[in-house]
Amino acid sequence: MLATDQTILREAETWRRAGRGVALATVIETWGSAPRPVGSHLVIESDGNFLGSVSGGCVEGDVIAESLDVIADGRARVLEFGVADETAWRAGLSCGGRIRVFVERID
Amino acid sequence: MKLDSLAALNAEREARRPAILVTDTADGSQRLVREAEFATDPLAETFRERLLSGKSGLVEVEGRSLFLTVQVPPVRLLVIGAVHISQALCPMAAALELDVTVIDPRTAFATPERFPDVTLLAEWPDDAFAQIGTLDRYTALAALTHDPKIDDPSLIAALKADCFYVGALGSRKSHARRLERLGDAGLSPEATARIHGPIGLDIGAITPAEIAVSILAEVVATLRRDRIKGRTAGKPADCMRHDIDA
Repeated sequence: MLATDQTILREAETWRRAGRGVALATVIETWGSAPRPVGSHLVIESDGNFLGSVSGGCVEGDVIAESLDVIADGRARVLEFGVADETAWRAGLSCGGRIRVFVERID
Repeated sequence: MKLDSLAALNAEREARRPAILVTDTADGSQRLVREAEFATDPLAETFRERLLSGKSGLVEVEGRSLFLTVQVPPVRLLVIGAVHISQALCPMAAALELDVTVIDPRTAFATPERFPDVTLLAEWPDDAFAQIGTLDRYTALAALTHDPKIDDPSLIAALKADCFYVGALGSRKSHARRLERLGDAGLSPEATARIHGPIGLDIGAITPAEIAVSILAEVVATLRRDRIKGRTAGKPADCMRHDIDA
């Protein structure tokens, strides 16, 4: 409750109302020592501006890139991130945890 | 998510009403459930548990993986007494993103000059509470005036409203007298035992700023009590003290 998730959702609404493409990423599941709890949000707009976090900064770059695709095609999807050596094709979490992130477009 | 759902979610939060957004993670379909609809929803029992914990999370329902975004009202801190400690406490509470209101009927204390950028009500607690709406279990109250005429009614209201944190400044001796008065006012010992008094975690605080830290640390410890390791039954503040002692 102490998180900034309140301001993040308000900003998501403001950005969308201003006519910008907006995606909302939400941590839906964590295992091990995940940096941000389930329910944490990251909101991304089409110019690449973003607010909030889904990790300690480890996978945000990847989530933002994916979000731009979600803004383009409108298809919601679930992303999964683990430790770097397990999923070498994608950004990893140095803390050794694993997270799943749901990304959706605000329509 | 539909913009309408997002706007409704934001509106419910502004109005301090809980709401739950149910998202099917497979296809992204969603529905927003407002407070008035909780009890009649097929997921009523799950909702009840989730609202108590305030935690979002996945649930499996008939083979579908549903994510529940649980939105409970922002944590509010009511500070009774526009005193020196309150002046130190307000900016710290703002940094914690607590929604702070300072209440003190003594107009010499409750001035905007002493409390810039703070919601300030120069009213008696009961009048102030009527003005700001119902106290709820997402509210913390810290009574800091040392004056029973002001502190006691605020403590009674906070306990009756089941505020998640209720603290009162004063020595052990004055707290014992306070418990007697509240007992005489008809509160049960179980109810008054919920008051954190003397207020704040025992960090040996001396200055107003240090006391503010100890109060806010106790508020956070109460809010996050589920996460405190080695917790035993009882007040989280006490548990933490014992843990440190041990």
